[in-house]
Amino acid sequence: QGFFFSSVFESCAGAAVVMSARTYANFTNEATFEIKKSDIFKLDEGPATQVVMTRDEGLQYYRTMQTMRRMELKADQLYKQKIIRGFCHLYDGQEACAVGIEASINLSDHLITAYRAHGYTYTRGGTVKEIMAELTGRRSGIAKGKGGSMHMYCKNFYGGNGIVGAQVPLGAGVALACKYQGNNELCVCLYGDGAANQGQIFETYNMAALWKLPLIFICENNRYGMGTSVERAAASTDYFKRGEFIPGLRVDGMDVLCVREATKFAADHCRSGKGPILMELQTYRYHGHSMSDPGVSYRTREEIQEVRSKSDPISLLKDRMLSNNMASVEELKEIDVEVRKEIEDASQFATTDPEPPLEELCNHIFHNNPPLEVRGTNPWSKLKSVS
Amino acid sequence: FNSYNEEINALNQAMDEELERDERVFLMGEEVAQYDGAYKVSRGLWKKYGDKRIIDTPISEMGFAGIAVGSAMAGLRPICEFMTFNFSMQAIDQVINSAAKTYYMSAGLQSVPIVFRGPNGASAGVAAQHSQCFAAWYAHCPGLKVVSPWNSEDARGLLKAAIRDDNPVVFLENELMYGVPFEMSEESNSKDFVIPIGKAKIERQGTHVTLVSHSRYVGHCLDAAAVLAKEGIECEVINLRTIRPMDVDTIEGSVMKTNHLVTVEGGWPQFGVGAEICAKIMEGPAFNYLDAPVTRVTGVDIPMPYAKILEDNSVPQIKDIIFSVKKTLNV
Repeated sequence: QGFFFSSVFESCAGAAVVMSARTYANFTNEATFEIKKSDIFKLDEGPATQVVMTRDEGLQYYRTMQTMRRMELKADQLYKQKIIRGFCHLYDGQEACAVGIEASINLSDHLITAYRAHGYTYTRGGTVKEIMAELTGRRSGIAKGKGGSMHMYCKNFYGGNGIVGAQVPLGAGVALACKYQGNNELCVCLYGDGAANQGQIFETYNMAALWKLPLIFICENNRYGMGTSVERAAASTDYFKRGEFIPGLRVDGMDVLCVREATKFAADHCRSGKGPILMELQTYRYHGHSMSDPGVSYRTREEIQEVRSKSDPISLLKDRMLSNNMASVEELKEIDVEVRKEIEDASQFATTDPEPPLEELCNHIFHNNPPLEVRGTNPWSKLKSVS
Repeated sequence: FNSYNEEINALNQAMDEELERDERVFLMGEEVAQYDGAYKVSRGLWKKYGDKRIIDTPISEMGFAGIAVGSAMAGLRPICEFMTFNFSMQAIDQVINSAAKTYYMSAGLQSVPIVFRGPNGASAGVAAQHSQCFAAWYAHCPGLKVVSPWNSEDARGLLKAAIRDDNPVVFLENELMYGVPFEMSEESNSKDFVIPIGKAKIERQGTHVTLVSHSRYVGHCLDAAAVLAKEGIECEVINLRTIRPMDVDTIEGSVMKTNHLVTVEGGWPQFGVGAEICAKIMEGPAFNYLDAPVTRVTGVDIPMPYAKILEDNSVPQIKDIIFSVKKTLNV
């Protein structure tokens, strides 16, 4: 049924476009896509390669990825204007990872990542407004301005972690709590190709496998740990195999459907009590490691341009939807306009919201604690701290 | 109920009662389960509570400390044992950056109710890599509470308080104290007996000099005080109980009475607990009551040697405390 409509409208797409813009009933409601097969390790079979995506799903993925993209580009702008300070690690290019993962888990599941975390803060339930206000260090930021880019938290999202690799044992701890509490929830624990060489990750592979923790290890391999390419950092760049005794998948991280299917496969594996599983997502970041890195001394502009033109996750999704008549160019443009407005409003808010009051300086040292006195910069400066 | 209890039993009973009281509490560390604990502190707990609540870990301090912290973030109340605090250095990033700082960085969204416990400081003949005192290192950091019990009642009440506290607590035990029996008060019988964290205890009243100490050396101070009393010198002995937040009010009140202060600790002198007490006293009202500079009695500023005669002379002895008190009093 879907294919019939699709082939009819394909031929009159040019002429029919203006008329069909408002009649959404003319769109294909769902289509089946052939996606790239994932490499498997210590598994008998991998995720499905024939997958269905509905129009609604496609529009949601598109909107979410576009919001993340625009948010990161706005952060770039604000950083260059010195309105955002310190560290700022941008996620543009990697949107399909965060969106694909969230599509196959529940908000009641848990997720933890490293410092390239703005996108995940959004997919886990943070609003653009509170994310941007945190970047600009204002009182309405998601962490009241006290955390900044690398330390954003929300329900079932454990940050935002600055120490490379430290989030991996933490993620296993969250998974341990899930198993302990018997709530059938799982934890998705992300780290990069650079972090993959950290000893504590191997300690975590061991304990997670030993105790069969409901943990999905995800290595977001964007080919560079800061300025060091994977070939120069790792004796084995088969990150999906480095869990040794943990089954692994290597997945096209630029295709939101590949990520979604692989996550679905991994989640089923965990929830059936089989223990941890490891997914390597092959992805790419357009920006340098952080805003202080132009990102071109260790890779070529040609490489960046090639990925942008051939593998951009948003373009891939857009082409799929348009060529299967799941949406119109106008409709997607409308979403772009809405997203731009949301980002612009959030940016306005983030630049005008006041900084946190000085009275807040010493708060949040301890939880559920009577107020205490904190020494200031000099002996006469006695500051107050409340929980 | 025997009114004398060895410290190791006090710790064991405290954990047993807290495990029973709250099913979110669990213990993890090397050899805590089937070995009954490297020093037998967790004897019998695995038999009673099983694999789910008492977890033997592989030798992976950084990994399992991180796992403990993560589990606390997700709603459990872990007790993470380091076989000795020397091994906590492998995991110190998780204690400081993941546990201590998170409540602040998240502006109160994410709390970390965890206890890190284990033996700290010098033992007997275990040499340099196994004898360091970490009180000063951990007490340096905001976001942590650091507790150092002396006797069995301290151990019981402070461990219960630490487990019930919704914040990261570093609980510094002392291996040489495990087998020492102490009298327990009637009120410490209660399953809800907790000693408040952040409050020091005056173990002995005195008028001529204030001795401030923590852990094992409180006992040394009391022994020194008994000897000095025969010579007419009455020492007031304060048991810190908590290193951070330190109860400076109790110290100040005592110094304003005795006019003399001697700190006693097992750790190294530089940037140590005694150094901090000196600084705090200088910044407060008690400074004007001092008749002499504060004296610090500390471990010798060297890695711990092995030979008994050398080891004995690397930590404060009772004679060192007596000597220092007399020098401070100029007698």
